[in-house]
Amino acid sequence: MSEAVARFLAMGGYAAYVWPAYGLTVAVLAGLLGWSLGAYRRSRRRLEQLQGARAP
Amino acid sequence: MPLHRFANPARFMRLSAVLLPWCGAGAAALLGIGLYLALFVAPPDYQQGEAVRIMFVHVPAAWMASFVYALLALASAIALIWRHPLADIAAQSAAPLGAGFTLLCLVTGSLWGERMWGTWWVWDARLTSVLVLFFLYLGYIALVNAFDEPGRGARAGAILALVGIVNLPIIKFSVDWWNTLHQPASVFRLGGPTIDPSMLWPLLIMALGFTLFFACLLMIRMRTALIEAKIRALRRAEIERHTAAPRRQAALS
Repeated sequence: MSEAVARFLAMGGYAAYVWPAYGLTVAVLAGLLGWSLGAYRRSRRRLEQLQGARAP
Repeated sequence: MPLHRFANPARFMRLSAVLLPWCGAGAAALLGIGLYLALFVAPPDYQQGEAVRIMFVHVPAAWMASFVYALLALASAIALIWRHPLADIAAQSAAPLGAGFTLLCLVTGSLWGERMWGTWWVWDARLTSVLVLFFLYLGYIALVNAFDEPGRGARAGAILALVGIVNLPIIKFSVDWWNTLHQPASVFRLGGPTIDPSMLWPLLIMALGFTLFFACLLMIRMRTALIEAKIRALRRAEIERHTAAPRRQAALS
């Protein structure tokens, strides 16, 4: 690992505070996105099935 | 049932289908640029060093926490007064997102506070009022789902959301009224921001990214709720058809 990368990751000694803050932000936003998109896709599929079953 | 009750959700489905790709692309671009500026371009603070970078996620999350609640209360008022069919759906779709932003605000603030104040938590007025906001979100979600009949849950939740709005000015002005540990406003204040442009721009871009991200998720969640309502209506019609058919035969014989 190059020195510049190591220095960046060290965050001037605050790595244990800065990275958890960013990690948690990404986790919460990704979690909300995955949860909402998953529910959206599931209900769309159910509606299609329901409409497909009624069609014939 | 008057036609306009269907017209607005239908129009929302059409409009959101057009808006969603743009909104998603905008959110992804702004959050990408914002993260790059926050982590690589913005300078370290002269007092806080690199720890100041927590601000770029903490402050947008805090703004969103209050903004989403204001929206939740507004939608609740519209739902109570005009019974607009989209208002309850908007409020219920926004609530978990607001709770997520509030949690994010609390935890990133705690991480920042441990380094800069030397404590994870104090019962400072700002911290306490944001914790109350988090409980208001949780209470709203619990209350809406606590009734067998969805309409009653929605109405009870809407009333709670409106009562809870007194907390918003308390959050905003807590740092001036009880100036204990949390710093006062440095962006939205009379006389303009006191924060340097090299940090203000990344902050504003992140905040706009958070806002667009929220708008996307709100549309997706509202679309989901409308599709679910349609599924329920179709199932109800199916059941009615099945129960009506034998009765008609009985009448014929």
